[in-house]
Formats: sequence, structure tokens, C-alpha cells
Amino acid sequence: MPLHSDMATAHGRDLPRPASEDAGRAGRPIIAVRALRKHFPIAGGLLGRPQAWVQAVDGIDFAVAPGETLSIVGESGCGKSTTARLLMHLIVPDSGQVEFEGEVIGERQGISVRDVRRRMQMVFQDSHASLNPRLTIEDSIAFGQRAAGVADAAAKAQARRSLDMVGLTPSMFAQRYPHELSGGQRQRVNIARALALEPRLLILDESVSALDKSLEAQILNLLEDLKTSLNLTYIFISHDLSVVQYISDRVLVMYLGKIVEIAPVADIYGAPSHPYTQALLASRPTQNPRLRRSAPPLTGDPPNPISPPSGCRFRTRCPLAKRICAEREPSLAPAVSHGGHLVACHARHGGSNYEASAA
Amino acid sequence: MTSEPSHSKSPVVLVDDLRVRFVSRDLDLPVVSGVSFALHPHETLCLLGESGSGKSVTMRALMRLLPETAHLSGRIVVDGQDVLALDEPGLRALRGKSVAMIFQEPMTALDPVFTVGRQIAETVVCHEGVSYGAADRRALELLEMVQVPSAKRRLAAYPHELSGGLRQRMMIAMALACRPKVLLADEPTTALDATVQIQILLLLRELQKELGMATIVVTHDLGVACETADRVAVMYAGRFVETGPVEALMEAPRHPYTLGLLNATVHGQSRGARLKTIVGAPPDLAALPPGCSFAPRCGDAWDTCTAETPHARMSGGRMVRCHKYNEAGLDLLSATAP
Repeated sequence: MPLHSDMATAHGRDLPRPASEDAGRAGRPIIAVRALRKHFPIAGGLLGRPQAWVQAVDGIDFAVAPGETLSIVGESGCGKSTTARLLMHLIVPDSGQVEFEGEVIGERQGISVRDVRRRMQMVFQDSHASLNPRLTIEDSIAFGQRAAGVADAAAKAQARRSLDMVGLTPSMFAQRYPHELSGGQRQRVNIARALALEPRLLILDESVSALDKSLEAQILNLLEDLKTSLNLTYIFISHDLSVVQYISDRVLVMYLGKIVEIAPVADIYGAPSHPYTQALLASRPTQNPRLRRSAPPLTGDPPNPISPPSGCRFRTRCPLAKRICAEREPSLAPAVSHGGHLVACHARHGGSNYEASAA
Repeated sequence: MTSEPSHSKSPVVLVDDLRVRFVSRDLDLPVVSGVSFALHPHETLCLLGESGSGKSVTMRALMRLLPETAHLSGRIVVDGQDVLALDEPGLRALRGKSVAMIFQEPMTALDPVFTVGRQIAETVVCHEGVSYGAADRRALELLEMVQVPSAKRRLAAYPHELSGGLRQRMMIAMALACRPKVLLADEPTTALDATVQIQILLLLRELQKELGMATIVVTHDLGVACETADRVAVMYAGRFVETGPVEALMEAPRHPYTLGLLNATVHGQSRGARLKTIVGAPPDLAALPPGCSFAPRCGDAWDTCTAETPHARMSGGRMVRCHKYNEAGLDLLSATAP
């Protein structure tokens, strides 16, 4: 399947951009998240009252610059997918703010959820489950535009342009149904559907994780092409650290609902600071059979997010843990050496009481 | 792989020209089309391939764990028994005792209504005819062997009470309960988190060294192959297209598909550099292209490739099924290039 990158570029130029594009001044983040929190209740007992709370996302702050690719990594239950859904308002946050291009989402004086979803779109992991089996590819892609009030013919024309952008010939694919497509083709359709609304930001939630390696590389190349030709910003969620290293500008590492480290990609991979980030990187299987791993960097599984440990949530598996780590929660602050590199770890903060604390 | 150096022991698994077709009223899919290999004790073979390449079906054929629509031919000998000739009671004796399997998803492979201790003990009682008391003691030993912390307490746990990593350790304990000669692992760490995956891979390696089983690991992940395998067999459209020792195969892949797979795997490529991809998608098994199944996606293909199915070329313990190579395993294309 050839990548019509030249076509994508041509169409990218022709596409009418939303009027808000000029609003994106340099220096202002496209999306800014402040103290975002979501706890899910676990019902039980006689009256079905909440018995416990899953602290899926527990007060996170970050911002993404226009044109940037920010990746969110972490193990299952760390809150990375919940974060994506909170940004899209697919689930409503308990507290905290999400600001899109300076406007607060879902508040009176801000931007409505409906409007923000036109500028921010999402591609999911399961390419099959995220397409309606009873709609043709063309109808699936045109659905969003139609819902936004665009006339039928215009929506379909846009759907065909989007198909072309993702390397699927419209005359061959527009009238097919999802079950007639391979996994790689279906994921291209999902990307086309997201692009049909001409978004500025794309959230890719494990979008290449279910694909075979040969197809994964094709989709990653496509994403890079689209980003350049359409001036997109990506939030890329993945558990595959090699893919993240390849695609990201900055990386955000989560553990049990908290951000533990956020830094430019070269710093995360070259000089990881948080002990969890270090362990995560050291857990990658080798690509050289002569240099096999000899000991696992961590033992045990990530703890249950229902009742996370006090203080620093990583302390139960951390080789550096001291008493202070159980008593006080570390804040996300610059690492000792580097300003653009934030880490939430007592051992890495200059002037913290870590050195003085008992083991 | 008959040209491999002879081992002191005879192979514990011998597969000769295995073919599996899935047949239904309006479909006849050749899923495995002539796979042959031998596996010795202490050896780990990794079946590497993408979805639909036939790697899991090949592995399941060793235990005949396939639906009734599967038609098998060829020869499979496991631990001295002709697997394709066994009847149901014979198969039941074979499974668990001679060959055991670890599945990808421990939550669906374990029974949710029994404690894990009970499930492990049941296997021991069935195959060794001992009392439940003795089987419980064996279960405790097994949990300690797979390094489950506070093993005694965990025996009384139900699968849903355990974390993903612990569940997979329970699966391994259950598989090892009757000291099988052959251990099959179907994507054993795909469903696990990164920090847990490496623990399970190292555990499998350690146990194999200790117990001396022959092991077959099915995976799509080059990293898993590098951590566990002695030899790797790369599968494409139901055939082994290349086999060899893991080091040689990773360092100097011969088949264009293997090379493509290695290139397409994202690993430390510099940011912004385009990834080298394999064009197109894996073939539809119902309509395989003539000649070499990989020819339509292969950059080196010429008319011979679409006319004849390449036979296996053996040299130096390696096998490649590609017209590019002569009988001695010499790459004719680069040899004749100026």
C-alpha cells in the first residue's frame, strides 16, 4: 500500500483551516491541564454505596505546545487512557481544568465540549470496535461532519479527501464495510475519520499497539507525514517505549494516577531521573541475544490503584525509598541538573529532606 | 533442520511435513503448509511471525488442541508418541504429562470458580494418581519454584484476587505440575506490563535451565525471542521461511521477510528518520499468491519467485526458503551484483 504523502501534502494545503488557527500564537500551549482529577467509585455493600475509590487520575498538570508530540507512558492502571478520555470529555473530571487554546472546556465563558471535539479528535486502539459495522467507510467518516451540520454532499466529499490523505484510494474503499478491511486499513480509516473534522490536536490512544510490526511501521510513517502536512499536534499514548522514543518530542511518565517524570525525549531515554522511569527502560527486552537481561529491575506488579501507598506511590517498589517517601508526597519539580526536566522524587530534588531522612 | 549437529539425546519433538487446513462448507484454508523441525531437551525454539502466519496453530497441533474443522496431516512425534494417531484417552494422558502449555491470557485460562491451589492440585491428582493431600504439598512446592511470594496464602486465592503477573506465574506452576518434557508458551508475556514481562521471561529461562525441558515460545515480539530463544523459526503464510540460531538470525537475517521485519521494528531509530516498511499486508490464506507467498511484497523478487515455491536451502545450521540463495546458502543476488 503506497503512502500518498505527496497527495496528503497537496490536500493539506487546499483544506480550509478553521478560523481559530490564527489564535494559536507561539508560546501558548494548545492544551493545558491543571489539577485534573478523576476517582471512580466502587459500589458495593447493602445499598450500593461507594465502598472504595479507584484513584485513576489524581491531580495532574501538563501542557502541550502546538506542533509538539507528547507521549504518555506507563503500565496498565496508571491512568494514561483515563487522561485521554478526560481531555476529550468522554468522561467528566471530578475537578481540575482543561484549557484548549486558552479557553476552558465545558465552562460558561469557555469553549463548549461540542466545539472542542471538532478541534481535538481521538484514535483508539481497537480498529474494529471503533467503527460501526453497519456503516460504509464513507458514511463512518462523514458522520462527524454531518453531526456538525455540514450538508451530505460536502461531508462525503470531505470523507473522500480524508481517505486519500491516509493512503486509501476513495474509489476502492469508500463503499466498503469495516469487515472487508484488514487491521492496518481499518486503522487508516479511523485516522481518516479523525482528520475529517480538521482537528488541530489528535489523541492517539495505543493506536498502533494492536497492529503487526510491518503494519505498525507503515502507520507510524503515515502519522509523521500527516503531522507535517496538516500542522497537527499529537498526544500519543503507548506502552511501547521504542515507539515512544521514535515519535515523541516530550515524554510524560505516569504511575498510579500521578505524573512521576516529564522531560524531552532525549533526557528521558538518555538520562532518566525517576527510579520508576529507569526501571521501565531497563525492563525492555534486549534486541541483542548476546546481551540478555540477567535480573529484572523491579519485582512484583504495580500496586492496586484502589488504595495506593501513602506519600510517593512508587516507594513500595523503589530501591531508593526512605522514611520521608512514605510521609510526604513528592511534588513535580525540576530535577537537580536540568530545568526542562520535571521529576516527582524526593531523592532527586535539591535541598529536600531526603538526605537527612532515615532509611 | 536435519543438517543440525546431532545431539547426544534424541529429539523429544519431531515434526515432519505438518500440514493443517481449516475446512468448512465453503472454505478450505491452508493454515500450515509443510512445517518440519526437531527439538531436543534443554532447547528453546521460538516461532516468530505476524498474526495469521500459522505460528499458534503449529504449536497447538503438537497437543492437538485444534477445533474439529482442522485437518492435520504429516507426522508429529512428541516424547515417543505419534500424536496424530492418539485417541482421546491417549491425548488426555499426553496433555499435561508430556506436553504442557502456557497461554497468553491467564485470566481466561484459569477457572474462576476454583482456588488456584485446587486447580494445580487437580492436575497432579489426575496424572499421578496421588491423594489431594500430597498434591497440595506439590502445589506449594511449585509456587515456591515459580517464585510466588507468601505461597501458602496464595494457594487459597481465586484467580480474580491475583495480579496479572501472579496469575501468569500460577499458569506456569500448573503447566510444570507433572514435569512435562515439552513446555509450550503461546505469547506468554503479551498481556503483561513491561516491568512484569521481563520478570516472567527471566523466570521461564531460569526454570528451563533447571528442569531441562524442551520449550517452544510463540511470539510476534523480537525482544521476547532475543531473551528466550536458542533457535528461531520465522513463519510466513504457514511456512518456516527461515530458521537458525537466534544470534546469527538477528545479526545477519537471510530471508527478505526476516530482514523486513527487523527493519520495520521500531528500536532506537533516530527521531524523524523514516521507518523502512514492508509494503502491503500479509496474504489472504484463501487466495495465496503462486510461487513464494512473500513475492508480492518482496523487493528482490523476480519471475522465478512467482512461478515456483522455493524449497529449503540448508547451510551451517541455518535454513532459508528463498530463490535468492543457492544450495550452499550463498546470496546469488549480492554475489553477482557489480
